[in-house]
Formats: sequence, C-alpha cells, structure tokens
Amino acid sequence: MSDVSGTETPEAAVEAEPTEAVAPDPHALDANHADLQARLESALGDAILEQSPVFGMPVLRVRRNAWRDVAELCKHSLDCDYLSFIAGIDWMPAPKEGGADAASDTSSPVQPTETTYGAAGSEGRFQVFARVQSTSRHWGVTFKADVDEDALLVQSWVPVYPGADWHERECWEMYGFVFDGHPALRHLYLPSEFEGHPLRKDYPLLARVVKPWPGLVDVEPMPGEAEEPTSDAAATAEEAS
Amino acid sequence: MTAFHGPLTLALEIGWGTTLAIKTVMILMIVPLTALVLGYVFLLKMMSHMQSRLGPMDPGGFHGWFQLVGDGIKFIQKEDIIPGQADRRVFAAAPAVVVISTFLIFLVIPAGPDIIVKDLNVGVFYALAVSSLSVIGVLMAGWASANKFSLLGALRAAAQLIAYELPLLLAVVGVVIQAGTMSLQGIVGFQSTGSIFGWSGIGFPFIFTQFIGFALFLIAAQAELTQTPFDMPVAESELVAGYMVEYTGFRFLFFFIGEFGTAFAFSAIAATLFLGGWALPASWGIPLGVMRFLGPGVLFAKIMAVSFLMFWVRFTYPRLREDQLQALAWKFLIPIALFNILMTGVFKVAF
Amino acid sequence: MSTTNPPLPEFDIDPRAFRHLADAQVGVELVTGDMILNLGPQHPATHGTLRLVVRLDGERVISADPVIGYMHRGYEKLSEFRTYPQITTLINRIDWLSSFANEVPFIDAAEQLMDVQAPPRAQYIRTILTELSRIATFVLFLGEMGLQVGALTPAFYGFRDREHILNLIESATGGRFHPNFNRIGGVKDDLPWGWINETRTAMKTIFDACDTFEDLLVGNEIFQARTRSIGIIPPELGVAYGVSGSNLRASGVDWDLRRDGKPYLVYPELDFKVWTHPDGDSFARYWVRLQETRESARMVLQMLEQMPAGPIMAKVPRIIKVPAGEAWVETENPLGQMGYYVFSKGATGPFRVKIRSASFSNVSILPWLLRGVFVPDVITILASLYFILGDIDR
Repeated sequence: MSDVSGTETPEAAVEAEPTEAVAPDPHALDANHADLQARLESALGDAILEQSPVFGMPVLRVRRNAWRDVAELCKHSLDCDYLSFIAGIDWMPAPKEGGADAASDTSSPVQPTETTYGAAGSEGRFQVFARVQSTSRHWGVTFKADVDEDALLVQSWVPVYPGADWHERECWEMYGFVFDGHPALRHLYLPSEFEGHPLRKDYPLLARVVKPWPGLVDVEPMPGEAEEPTSDAAATAEEAS
Repeated sequence: MTAFHGPLTLALEIGWGTTLAIKTVMILMIVPLTALVLGYVFLLKMMSHMQSRLGPMDPGGFHGWFQLVGDGIKFIQKEDIIPGQADRRVFAAAPAVVVISTFLIFLVIPAGPDIIVKDLNVGVFYALAVSSLSVIGVLMAGWASANKFSLLGALRAAAQLIAYELPLLLAVVGVVIQAGTMSLQGIVGFQSTGSIFGWSGIGFPFIFTQFIGFALFLIAAQAELTQTPFDMPVAESELVAGYMVEYTGFRFLFFFIGEFGTAFAFSAIAATLFLGGWALPASWGIPLGVMRFLGPGVLFAKIMAVSFLMFWVRFTYPRLREDQLQALAWKFLIPIALFNILMTGVFKVAF
Repeated sequence: MSTTNPPLPEFDIDPRAFRHLADAQVGVELVTGDMILNLGPQHPATHGTLRLVVRLDGERVISADPVIGYMHRGYEKLSEFRTYPQITTLINRIDWLSSFANEVPFIDAAEQLMDVQAPPRAQYIRTILTELSRIATFVLFLGEMGLQVGALTPAFYGFRDREHILNLIESATGGRFHPNFNRIGGVKDDLPWGWINETRTAMKTIFDACDTFEDLLVGNEIFQARTRSIGIIPPELGVAYGVSGSNLRASGVDWDLRRDGKPYLVYPELDFKVWTHPDGDSFARYWVRLQETRESARMVLQMLEQMPAGPIMAKVPRIIKVPAGEAWVETENPLGQMGYYVFSKGATGPFRVKIRSASFSNVSILPWLLRGVFVPDVITILASLYFILGDIDR
C-alpha cells in the first residue's frame, strides 16, 4: 500500500555526492519518480537549467520563459492534475535588526550572512517555486524558476490550473511578483491599502519595529533549582514573568 | 350536543363591564405566564436534557425555575436601540402587532365550563383568522429594521406563513364537520359526551377519527410558529434571528412572548379540537362545579402533551429550505387535507 | 476553465422572468437591482472570520467573493525569526481543532534535514495522537454540520463526544487544544499509566457516537433534502484547484497521502481502508468523514495493539542546529493535504518555511462553487467543506 521508500533503494537517476559507498543516498528517487524525471528531461530538454532531487522528490529549475509550458506539460501529458502550491522565496540574508552595529537582538536565531542558494541553485535573489502532483500516478515534482529582480515578471499558471489564482495573489502580495496572465492581482490577506511586500527579507518583522527587543533580562530560576547568578544584567528593568 | 352556558353563580352580583375588565386583566396576565412556562419547561429544560446537558440550575434554587423571569427583568432594563436608518414608527409598532394577535387568540380558548372570555359561534374560524395577523407584524419588523438579513428573513416568513395558513385551516374543517359547530365550547361538549361505537368510556376525542387532521394541524402550526423544521425566517446559523435581529430589550421580549404565547395558544386549540379540551368524559360523572376547578388543569396537561410533540420535533430535525418548504405545503399537505375533508364528509353522511 | 469572472448561472428561463410572471399580460418590465450581502466576518456560519461578499438576485447567488486574511498572523514571516521548538508552538495554532497533526510534518522535515530518526515508539505515539486529533475534528464536524443545516441537537453530541478525545490528548500531552508535544527526534514524554485502556474505552464511545450521528442525521429525509446534490465538486476541477482530503475523496478521487504518498509515521504498517464516494455533493462529504472517523478509531485500536516499547526520543544535541538544505513533507491532515517546505541554512531556526495549508485551497474553489445556489445552500456548502480559518489565513 505504500511506494518503495527512497531511503531503501540506492538507485538514483542523479545523486548528490556519495558520502560513503554503503550509506544510501537520502535524496535518491524511487523508481516512480525516476521515471517522471526522465520524462521531464526528455520533454523539456534545455528548458531545465539545473535539477537536484530533495529527499526523493524531483526538483527542477527551469527557464523563466518556460514556466507556463512546464505547467501545461505536467497537466496534459504527465497526469499531474493536482496543484499543491505556488510560492516565492527571497534568498537574500535578512539584514540585522537596526543595522549591522546595533545591539544584538538575541530573540531570533542567527542566520549566516552570506547568500547561498538551495537545491537547484538560483541566479539571483528571487525565485518562484511550485509543486504539482498526480492523484493517479502518485508522483509529484517541484519546479523553481528565477525571477528577475528588476522586472519581477512571472508567467501565470491560471490558464492551466485554476487554483493558481489565490496562490499567485499571495505571491504578489508577499513578494511583489507580477503574474502575467492573472485575471486580477489584488490583495489576499492584507488590507487593500497595504504598502510593501512583507515576506521580502528587507521588510522588517513589524513586531520588533513596534516594540524593540528589550535584551536579556533577569530570569528567575525554576522552583527547586539552586539560585544561580543571572548570566547578564539587563539594560532594562523588565522582569521576565 | 350539550352546551355549558350555565349561569355563573357567585356570592356577589358582577356587572357586565366589571366582568369584561376582570377577563381582560386575566388574559393580559396569563399570556406572558404561559410563554414563561412553555419556554422554561420545553426550551430550557427539555431541550437541555435531550442534548445531554442540564440547562439552567441555579436561578431560584430548584432547577433554575427563575431563569426566564430573570431574563424578562433583564430584557426590560436594557437600552432601547432603534437603528439609525430604521423607520421608527413601523419599527416600534411591529412587535405590538405580533403580540396583539397572540392575545386575541386567547379570547376564545375555553378552560372550563364558564371559563372563557367569549364563546363565539365562529370560535375556530376567529382563532385561526386572528393568528394570521402576525404576518403583518413580521413583515413590518423585517422592513423597518433597515437590515438586509432582516429583510430576507421577513420575506421568507411572509411567504411561509401565508402558505401554511391553508393546511392549518383545512385540517380543522374535518373537526368542524364532525362536530357540526365552530364554537369551541360546543366542540368540547361534543367530544366529552360522545361515544365510540356505543362505548362512552372516554368520550369521543376527535383524534381517533381525525388523526390526519391532527398531524396536519401540528405540522402547519409548527410552520406558523416558524419553528424548526420550518424556521428559515429565523435560521439561527444564517440570518441570526432574521427579522428580530435589530430588536433589543423590551421589544425583543414582545417577540418572545408572541412566539411562545402563540405556541401555547396553538397547542391549546389542538388540545381543544382533537383531545377534548378541558373536559373529562361525561360518562365519568364529574359534576360541573368540580370541572370549574379541574378544567384548567386538564387543559394544561393536554397542552403540555401537544407542546411536547411540537418542541421535540423542533430540536431534532434540520430545517427545510424555503422552496422545499413551499413545495411541502402546496404539493403535499393541501391535497392530503382536502382528501381528509372529503373522507370526513363521506363518513359523516354515511354513518 | 474560464479565468475571467465566473459567468452567470445558466437557467432554463431567465430567473427575472419569475418576478413579473403575474404582470406578463401587462407587459411591464420590472428590473430590480442585485443585492450585495456581506456574510461575515462575524457570522455563525463561517466558522471564524471569513467574509463572503455575495451578490444576490433574490435568494440566488450570482457571484461570491471570499475575503480572507482577518486572521493572518504572518506565520511564514515569523518562522524566519524563530527557532524550531518555538515554531512548533506557533504551528499548533494553524488548524486549531486538530493541532497535533500540524506539528508532525514540520518536525518530520526538520528530522529529515538532520538525518535523525525518531524511535519506533515515538512514531507510534505520534501516529496515535494524529489519528486521535483526526477523530476529534471529524466528530465535531459531524455534529456541527447538523447545526448549520438547522438541527440543534447533534452539535451538542459532537462537542460531548469530542471531550473524550480531548481528555485523552490532555492526559498524554498536557494540552487539550495545543499539545506542543513533538520534539525533533521524538516526543516530549511517554504515555501516562492507564492511557491505553482509557483510549480503548474512548474508541468504543466514538463508534457509538458515529452510530448516533448516522441514525440522527444521515437517514433523515430533511438532511438529505438539504445536502444531496448541493455543492457538487467535479473531480477534475477539484484537483486543479488543489482541493484535498475528504472533500476530494467525496468526489470519487481515490487518493490518500497516508497510503499513496511518501511513507511517513507508521502508516505503512497499518491496515486501513480509504473511503470515497462518487457523488461529490455535501452529503458525500459528510458521509466520507463519518466513515473516516470509524476508520481512524479502528486504526487507533490497531496501533494500541502493535505499539512497541522503547525510548521515545532519539539522541539529539541540546541546541539543535539543522544542517543546510531543504525538505518538503506533506501529510494527510484532517482538513486535507498539509505540507511544509523547510529551507535551512544551518542555523537554529529555518531560513524560510512555506506552509501549504489545506483549507486555503479548499476555500479557493468557493467563487466557482457558489454560483447559482440559494443562500441556505451557501451555508450548507460552507459547512460541508469544513475549513478552519487558522488554516486558511496562517
């Protein structure tokens, strides 16, 4: 009742660098998805810029002018009738709150400051990625496409998958991608007069703008623990509850 | 057919005007009381127990009997808000129209041999005619509220109430044919002194021959009261009280009294027409003087039985959509009612 | 499929003709304007703060436009500034009726990136709690759909029977609604003493509850009249919109991620049936969820038999730094397909989390689905699709 798990078979159409001879590649594709990958490669040819499976799921980065063709190919020839989602990603590392020399905001995890890209690479800062699946063949694939930072134009999937309507509205409102062919790009979550595109990395987390992080505060020890000196005297006088 | 128009013998002479005044005051007091009792017993307690919960338990100490009285006091002291865009006079008049129609029904319901405000010759006809006055009140309320949800509710209500007038009326025609009179006291007398195939042990309540009529009357009454399964006008999960939604405080209380008072009145009419009303069978030989005291109690018991049925259906069934509701009335209930009348007439003449 | 505004519904005759049928001989054209009705955001039928701007012609809907976002909490933005345990607390609140099920795919993605396997007992506990949350959600649905259609009583039964499940979840995790129980590498605590027997008893009451709902509502003629042929979702259109879960299975599409997707938790070791219904109307959605509730109860009983002993937490470092990479995990949640695409750059918190929530896609079909239906049917359809606002708005 379940497909063969990718972690058992070491066969793969493409593998990441093999770490050891005996360790199975966690990213390897199973037979079903390898078949899908092969079909995609033969149908798309050089529209695929890069591809790299992620934990048994094919991930392909395609040319931006092939974005809608990819959707049509999947829906009409590959039985991928189900649209899972369309989303965007901004690869720029988030600037430090308050500038590079500001007092450290210890509330958030420290992310690396160099720009690195994900599974199938990226040309620039913005990418749009989408996933389609097949309910009958039980396979699925994720596509990525670069979005030009200056032009921010993406082909719309609405003529192919009507469900793309709301996903693309959300992408536009969160990142600013303009979808060419979408009937009406308007705000989905945010009020109509909202300015800015919140999920971009240069858009700050408004909770911190409204009330800046107060820094480390005195922490009371749990009942029963020995009284320990607090690690850092706080600048503010707020008591942690 | 025996009539119970015996003289009212009391220690002192009471004139016509005083009698009228006393009767008016009694009706004005009784109607809200009946609404209260019905509301408490069935809406708060029976519904709660059917839904595996207890209902109000604290107010008043014993199973929360004071709850509705407390609610009434609460409603009276609330702020009276009239929406800005509303038509003020119509808005204020609408609950009054609904409640007046309730009071008017109580004028002909007999509770004992002499305990009736006025025993009209056309009692049944009058009661059902006057109960349809509330349609006007509902329409006024929905229109004057300046609220689209209220308007939707009022329009649904108007269509529904008018549609179900016919089955209501036709259902009692069978009773009238059998009793030969439209006077409610006369119908009670007929049932009490009648006999089934010569055995007069329990009199002759019309429910035995008019079971179709009884079922139709209950269904049509349910629809007239806009209770589930016919509560589209006040569909709680869509329109949130429909035409009543803009009413606060005392005016809302009027609607509440109107709804439950009318429920009581319709149950009383059903009990009178089909179950024998205030009378116990004459063959039991209880003297009239005792019936003057027992009558109201007997009637009350029968009303509770009928109301139990109505409210039980109310809490169990989902609601019908407006067009399904209309189809039920026009295409199903009315033909059955006509058939019932036909059969009653045939049997009346044949036997 | 047209991408412009949905066309007017096709009638045999123009519905406006009804209005002046009586004046037909007079020949007066009575053209009345359409009415715009705002259902919500505060409305008992919309399960939260969903606003439906509906254009009505009498009682028929011409067009419906859902306005969402009243509960948008910005989880995807917040996730970029939080550590993994903190995000687990947040995502509990996406679908708050079955909160445990929301945590599972996220933790699974993090564990994949860290190359950590939760021990078998932890997997069983996770699966049991997921199925319990599925039962809790569906039992409430069974009662509450009756409420939307007008029957007052089943709603109370739904809440009452849900209490049994919530008590179980509370005794195991400490939280009725928001367990916050998963950790990367396993679960927080082992099950309390006597919990297995309590669960067995609770499953018996769930079977009884399902029978009650079947007697009370499924066979009721009025319920059938209100739900049959209402809101039919054609399967090809449903999948193209991303409708998933019981809604899709009620249209006849035999697809369940527990059986057909990438194996997760202990579903490969369980024996269960996937229920579908060919009709695709509101009644089918109700029926499928009723059967799935029973199926989940059977699965829980199976798992209680099969559960192994052992540790409940794998060896993970105290401060968790997830290696760089990306992972996508999708699960069959009670509301549909839920997935998390986690991008990590090696820090204690993710770089980006894309949350694919089921109700978002389920609700996106409403503009198409509500054309030409009556206002009461709008309520029935909303109830049968069963979305949670937190799931739509994140």
